Amino acid sequence: MTNKTIVIPDARSAIRNDETETIAEILASIPDPEIPAVSVIDLGIVRTIEAECVVITPTYTGCPATLAIERAIRAALDANGFTHVRLETTLAPPWSTDWITDEGREKLRAYGIAPPPKGADAAALRNETRPQCPRCGSLNTEEVSRFGSTPCKALWRCNACAEPFDRFKCH
Amino acid sequence: MAKASTLFTYALRLGDDSLIIGQRLSEWCGHAPTIEVDLSLANVALDQIGQATHFLALAGAIEGKGRDADALAFKRDVLDFTNCLLVEQPNGDFAQTIARQFLFSHYQALLFGELAQSKDERFAAIAAKAAKEVAYHANLASDWVVRLGDGTDESRTRMDQGLQWMWRFVDELFVMDEVDAAAQKAGVGVDKAALRAAWDQRIDGVLNDATLARPASRRPALGGRKGHHSEHLGHVLSEMQFLQRAYPGAVW
Repeated sequence: MTNKTIVIPDARSAIRNDETETIAEILASIPDPEIPAVSVIDLGIVRTIEAECVVITPTYTGCPATLAIERAIRAALDANGFTHVRLETTLAPPWSTDWITDEGREKLRAYGIAPPPKGADAAALRNETRPQCPRCGSLNTEEVSRFGSTPCKALWRCNACAEPFDRFKCH
Repeated sequence: MAKASTLFTYALRLGDDSLIIGQRLSEWCGHAPTIEVDLSLANVALDQIGQATHFLALAGAIEGKGRDADALAFKRDVLDFTNCLLVEQPNGDFAQTIARQFLFSHYQALLFGELAQSKDERFAAIAAKAAKEVAYHANLASDWVVRLGDGTDESRTRMDQGLQWMWRFVDELFVMDEVDAAAQKAGVGVDKAALRAAWDQRIDGVLNDATLARPASRRPALGGRKGHHSEHLGHVLSEMQFLQRAYPGAVW
C-alpha cells in the first residue's frame, strides 16, 4: 500500500497528519464511476495526499471517467469540510496498473474482473499471460477482444465454465 | 531555447494528428464488422482524442491567448490544421482503415517513445502516457494486417489495396521541416527522420507475417503540416465542428 498516502511526519502538529488520514478515508469511500467495486484509492489514481492538496492522475488520456472522478473527489472533500484542499492533476509519471492495490485486485476479482498481473512488461502487455477466470479459477481462458467495454479492459472467455469475463489490461 | 511559436506549432501538429485520426475512427462506431471490432476502434479513437486533448491544451497554454483544446479543435478552419495527410484519408473499407492505423500507430509508437525523453517535461509527460496506449493500437492493427493479408483471396486483395492507397502518405510522417528541426535542436522535439529505419523494420516484419509485399515507393503526397490538405479534411471538419458552428460557445 505504498501508493496510498504520502504523509510526511510533521513536527509542528499532529492535527495535520490526522487531516491527511481523514482525507485518505474519504477518498477510499469514493468508487470509480465505471468500476464501482473499487475506490479511487484502490485504483492508484490518487498519487499524494497532503493537508492542502490532493494530487490525482488519469488512467488513460481519454478516459471519460476522469472528469467524473475529479468532480466526485471535489464534492466529497467539500462535503466533509475540506473546501480549502486543492485538487490537482498530474500526468507524470504515467499511471500504471502496478499501482492498483492488493486489496483493489481482490475486489476486482470478486467483482468478476480478472485483475492485471503485476509488472506491466511487454509480454503481459501483449496478453501472452493467460488470466485466471475470476469465476471458476481456471487458466483455460482465451481472449475474445483486446479492447473491451472501457479503455482499461479486454474481453476474455473461460473455456472451462464458458463464462465471458473482463480482464483489466496491463498498462 | 525554442521560440514559443515553434513549440506551439509542434504541439499543435501532434494534437491535430491525434484529433483527426480519432475523429476518423469514431466514424466506425456502430458500423464495424463485428461488435468486438466496433469496441476496438472506438477505444483507439478515444485514446487518440484523449491525446489530442492534452496536446492541444498544451499548444493553447504555450500560445497564451486563451485558446483551450476545444477552441483549437472546433474553431479553426481547414487551412489552419497541421495534421499529416495520412490521418485524414477516408476510412474506405475495414482493410483501408486498418492499413492507415497500422502505418500510423507504428509511427506514433516510435515517436512517443522518443518524445517521452524530451527536455520539456510537458511534452514528455503526455508522450510517456500516450506511448503505453499506442502500443496496444499498433498491436491491434498489426494483428489485423496479418489476419487479412494471410486470409482469403478477398481479404488479401483488400488489405493490399488498403496499403496501396495509404502508402503515398507515409513519407510525410518522417519529414523534418524548420519547425521540427528547431524543436529538436532545443531538445524538445524528435528527429523523425531517424525513426524511419526502425519503422521500416517493424512494418516489413508484419508484412512478412502477412505474406504481403511492401507497396512500391511512389511520389509522396506532402503539405499537411503547412495546411495544404486533401479535400477530405473539410468534410471531416464539417461534421466534427458542426455543433460549435451552429451553436457557438455551447457547452455540455
